[in-house]
Amino acid sequence: MAKKVALIQGNTACALGAVYAGCNFFGGYPITPSTEVAEVLSEELPKVGGKFMQMEDEIAAMASIIGASLAGAKALTATSGPGVSLKQELIGYACIAEVPCVIINVMRGGPSTGMPTGPGQSDVQQAKWGTHGDHATIALVPASIQEIFTETVRAFNLAEKYRMPVQVLFDEIVGHMREPITFPEPGELEIINRTAPTVAPKDYKPYDTSFGDVPPLAAFGSEYRFHVTGLNKAQDGFPTTKAEYVDAEERRQVRKVESPENAAAIESNEEYLCDDAEVVVFAYGSTSRSARYAVNELRKEGIKAGLFRPITLWPFPEKRISALGKQAKAIVVPEMNLGQMILEVERVTKGTCAVAGVNRVDGDPLNPGEIMKKVKEVM
Amino acid sequence: MSYDYDKWLRPGKLPHIWCPGCGHGIVMKGLIRALDICGLEKKNTAIVSGIGCASRLPGYIDANTLHTAHGRAAAFATGVKMAKPEMTVICCGGDGDGTAIGGNHFIHACRRNIDMTYVLMNNHIYGMTGGQFSPCTPTGAKASTTPYGNPDPIFDISKLAIGAGATFVARTTAFHATQIDKLIAEGIKHKGMAIIEVVDDCPTTYGRRNKFRSVIDMMKVLKETAVPVAAAAKMTADQLEGKILTGVLYKEDKPEYCEQYAKVIAKAQGA
Ligand SMILES: Cc1ncc(C[n+]2csc(CCOP(=O)(O)OP(=O)(O)O)c2C)c(N)n1
Ligand code: SF4
Ligand SMILES: [Mg+2]
Repeated sequence: MAKKVALIQGNTACALGAVYAGCNFFGGYPITPSTEVAEVLSEELPKVGGKFMQMEDEIAAMASIIGASLAGAKALTATSGPGVSLKQELIGYACIAEVPCVIINVMRGGPSTGMPTGPGQSDVQQAKWGTHGDHATIALVPASIQEIFTETVRAFNLAEKYRMPVQVLFDEIVGHMREPITFPEPGELEIINRTAPTVAPKDYKPYDTSFGDVPPLAAFGSEYRFHVTGLNKAQDGFPTTKAEYVDAEERRQVRKVESPENAAAIESNEEYLCDDAEVVVFAYGSTSRSARYAVNELRKEGIKAGLFRPITLWPFPEKRISALGKQAKAIVVPEMNLGQMILEVERVTKGTCAVAGVNRVDGDPLNPGEIMKKVKEVM
Repeated sequence: MSYDYDKWLRPGKLPHIWCPGCGHGIVMKGLIRALDICGLEKKNTAIVSGIGCASRLPGYIDANTLHTAHGRAAAFATGVKMAKPEMTVICCGGDGDGTAIGGNHFIHACRRNIDMTYVLMNNHIYGMTGGQFSPCTPTGAKASTTPYGNPDPIFDISKLAIGAGATFVARTTAFHATQIDKLIAEGIKHKGMAIIEVVDDCPTTYGRRNKFRSVIDMMKVLKETAVPVAAAAKMTADQLEGKILTGVLYKEDKPEYCEQYAKVIAKAQGA
């Protein structure tokens, strides 16, 4: 049987990917350029018995998805710039309480109201550091309509597997662009659900590390009763200020994402012509599309250029970038911001190669010519 | 009638954090009696709070308990309820939590008429942070941030709830302990958003600053200012000056949110 294909917008692909992943609760608040995610889900979720809620603001939206997830739902919210800022406190809540949920951020220009209809990539460091306190972050940056679908599915899988909020960031360009997509059949993509407890209800501890760095999570309304708080807590879920518990819990929550093995499992990159590259263009999201074009053109001119495209932006692909920094003469980092991920590239390459940014914040996408020019400058 | 307190108290979690004379403990006992009266199953009961002294209540109750962020109880609870409409969802928290930082969530939960019960402990102050004024601190009163007396007017929480669309609104005080359980139980049984405001006291951060010599003095004020709605009907406006009405202030049958959403699902599925 021929697979189902369609010509759809990135935001629609995101909504349909969520449904494919088993999302059954959405809490949101309208904001350009993410609104279509909500609109599509308001129609699709009730068809599969799911719930769509337009909450009173983005804080409430974030709160509602955490509440729904604790009651066993696979929950999603979608927003942009100002809305992401409002969600930050509760993203931290989902981190410390270890509640699986997915946050879509269709990036626009900022700060503040900025350019509601213009694209931007200026929330990529906020994704990592937006909420206060030490915490681990998983953020994915799809660059095509097909990939928005599959990365939304993967975001749910990672959220469930690691028991934490996962952010998917794409910009207005991919959010609103239309491209053909081939829908995976049911069962074709792996769907991961959180690990449920197997111990007797009386022995259940919601942060029981004897099961590893990601403790099983029960659902409200099941045989397991438990307490959830945003305070630092011990393994039984109750607040504590005892140094040994607080320290161990904080470190575990970061380790479950950032330990070398876990980071490697979460990492996802595309390397295009990097094997012999003398200049590597590090580009993500819609900017990577211009970068690919630039790399092809540079190759035609005999310049050994390659494209490194992170699909998982956080945790940052430290190992590969460090290796490429030793191999290449330079890494060029085009971004629709004033230089955010370049800071990571610089941190990781430790001066082994030149690192140069190409930046734009005027609401226009970076074009291949600008990237090519910078590559030639650093050669 | 005797009540089974032990059944609902989480083993090993007492003593609680509240100061001697704090009204929140009286409210917790009332809530436990209400849980008992309603014969709720622990497994199907969720208690959700914000942040503040009052919001520490859920930790002591043996149910599904969720201590959220400051002001956000109603919004978290809405997610829980929508995901599992068969559960009994109870919110609790303080006046600052529910009507200042959480005011938006509070009124919208009322407007939706979602089937939850919200026990709001109004001690007229931000207790946990040391006594700054809240939207419920009487005008003229002293708080740590109103050294010259509070210039702000107050919220009437019950009126706010009625105006926002809650379909069961009741008020009592920590002095009227035996009424607390009855009103909460009635609220739990009511299909729709039920707000139970319990006016209580914070001797530590409010009483001291406002020249109450003892908790007993604070309780006396609660006793004397409370007027049952039936009695109030026979009183003049002058006589009611400075009083607070207690009992069931408002009750109405209106479509409940989860049921309304079930109709959306039926429609989407072509029923
Ligand atoms: C976002 C945020 N802002 C401020 C605080 C600090 N804070 C904690 S409790 C509280 C006031 C609580 O007052 P109330 O809700 O009336 O409860 P009470 O302590 O009086 O019972 C404040 C302001 C916080 N925890 N989070
Ligand atoms: S500070 Fe006030 S509200 Fe908090 S526990 Fe003490 S008396 Fe109660
Ligand atoms: Mg208070």
